[in-house]
Amino acid sequence: MDIKRRASAGTLESSDVLISVRPADKLILKIESPVFAQYGEQIEKVCREVLAAFNITSGEIHLQDQGALDCTIKARLETAVRRSLSQDD
Amino acid sequence: MNQKVVSSITEALHRTEIKDGMTLSFHHHLRNGDYVLNLVMAAVRELGLKDMTINASAIFDCHLPLVDLIRDNTVTALECNYMGALVGRSISAGILEKPVIFRTHGGRPADLERGKAHIDIAFIAAPTTDTQGNISGKYGPSACGSLGYAFSDARYADKVVAVTDNLAPYPLTDFSIPETEVDYVVPVEQIGDPAGIVSGTTRITRDPIGLLMADMAAEAISASGLLQDGFSFQTGAGGASLAAAFALEKIMLREGIRGSFASGGITSQLVDMQKKGCFETLLDVQCFDLGAVESIRDNPQHREISASRYASPCTDDAVVDSLDVVILGATEVDTSFNVNVHTNSQGLIMGGSGGHSDTAAGAKLAIIIAPLMRARIPLIVDHMHTISTPGETVDMLVTQYGIAVNPNQVELADRLRQNRLKVISVEELQEIAENICGKPKALKNEGRIVAEVHYRDGSIIDTIRQACS
Repeated sequence: MDIKRRASAGTLESSDVLISVRPADKLILKIESPVFAQYGEQIEKVCREVLAAFNITSGEIHLQDQGALDCTIKARLETAVRRSLSQDD
Repeated sequence: MNQKVVSSITEALHRTEIKDGMTLSFHHHLRNGDYVLNLVMAAVRELGLKDMTINASAIFDCHLPLVDLIRDNTVTALECNYMGALVGRSISAGILEKPVIFRTHGGRPADLERGKAHIDIAFIAAPTTDTQGNISGKYGPSACGSLGYAFSDARYADKVVAVTDNLAPYPLTDFSIPETEVDYVVPVEQIGDPAGIVSGTTRITRDPIGLLMADMAAEAISASGLLQDGFSFQTGAGGASLAAAFALEKIMLREGIRGSFASGGITSQLVDMQKKGCFETLLDVQCFDLGAVESIRDNPQHREISASRYASPCTDDAVVDSLDVVILGATEVDTSFNVNVHTNSQGLIMGGSGGHSDTAAGAKLAIIIAPLMRARIPLIVDHMHTISTPGETVDMLVTQYGIAVNPNQVELADRLRQNRLKVISVEELQEIAENICGKPKALKNEGRIVAEVHYRDGSIIDTIRQACS
C-alpha cells in the first residue's frame, strides 16, 4: 500500500513524537531524535513493524522524536497512517 | 589616601601590570546576568594579551563570548565549579586544549588556602563599593546579596579590582569585603542585569511527578528521625528540590518544629520559612532571587558566609559539616549511588558540582531527588559519563517509583519502611525504568580528556572526555 496523502499525528512536547507522512516513490524513514544514539535502532524497528502491519510500501515517514516511548511511537505512527489512508476513501 | 578609583577597566589592567599567562578570577553572584567577566575579558583581548587562565566560581550561558576568546588564544585554560550548557558544549567538542579544572564550592577556596591554586588578579563584581574598595552586594541597582564566593578571591589574589555600577562615598558602613583587600575600583555603566540573577532553575515545579517526589522526600526526612528542634537543612535550586522544601515547611509548621539553620544558595522560599519560624538563621553563600537579596539586607538573622566557611574541607568545621539534611539533584546515578551532575546523557558538559559533593559529604542525610526517566533516558545507568559525587556520601535516592536507600544505611531503610514509605533497591528501580524505556545502548566518549573533576579533597575523582558527536 502507498501513502497517497499527507497526514500527521503527535506533538513536539517532551516524551512525545510528531510523525508526518507524505507520498514518495519508495519507503523513506527519517528519524530525528535526541535519544538516537541510545535508541535509534529500537525506534526504527518499531516503525518498520507498524508499517509492515499496514503493508505500507511507499511514502516518506518523518519522525520528530522528543524521547517518546515505544508505545507512544507506535500509537502516533498508526494514527498518522490511518489518517492518511482514511482520506483515500 | 591612596587613590584607588581608576577611569576604565583597561586602566585597571595597566595598573595591575597584567601580563600574558596570568590567572584572572571571577565570581558568579550575578549568575546569568553577569556583565563583568565579558567586560574585563574584552578589555584583555583589546590589549592583545594571550594565554590567560580564567578561574571563575561558575561559568553561565551569558559567558558564551568566552568561546571566541578561547579560539584566538586569549584564554587557554579554564577553572570553575560549574559550567552552563552553552559554553559546556564547546568545551565538550574540544575547543580548549588544556583540560578544564572542575572544583567544588568548598574545594575552590581550599585550593586557594593551601596554595594549590593561585590568582594573579581577582575581579569582584561589586554592586556597591566606596572609593577605597569596601564592597557590599546588598545595595545598588545590581544588588545580588551575598558575595560568598568572592571572599577567597579577594583575600588570596595578588591584585584585586572591584568593578562597580554604584560608587558610594567613603566609608561604606555595611561592607562585606574590606578595603584592605582591594587595590583598584573601576566604575562602569552596568555590572549586570538584575533579572538574570534569577536563573530558570529557581522556580517551584508544577510537574506532578516532581511534586510527588517532593512529598516523598519530605516524608522521608520526617521519618529519618532528624526532623526535630535544631534541624538544619539545605536544598538545591532545582524545581523538585524547591517543592520538597515547600512540603517540608508544611510538616514543620504542623508539628511545631523549630530548626536551627538553612544554608547554601538562599531562595525566597527559605526566607519565608525562616520568617515563619522553621529556621532560626539563614547562612547564605549566594542569593538565588531578589527576595533573598532583600532579606539578607534587612534581616539580621540572614547572614552572609564565605565559600570557605560554607564548605571548605581544609577546616574541621565548615557549615556543611553541621548539616542534618541536604536535597540534591542528578543527571545520572549508578547502582553504587555515585552521582553525575557534570554531564548529560550524551556526556556533554552542562553543569558541575557546585556544592553538591561538599554538602553530600557533610550532611548526615544526603538525598538525591530525580525522576526515574527523562524523555526516555533512564536515570540509573550501568556506567555514568562522569562521577561528580561518590556514592558512599549519598544516603538515599528518591524517585517517583520509590526510594532506594544506600545499603550502608540499614537503620534508615527500616525507619522509612516503618513509616510506610516505599523502599526499593536501586537495581529494581533500574529494571523498572528499563522495562518502560528499553535498555539504552551504552555510549562511551573515547576522545581526549577535556576536563578533570577535582573532588573537594583535591583528588581527581573523574575525567570528562571529548564527545563523539
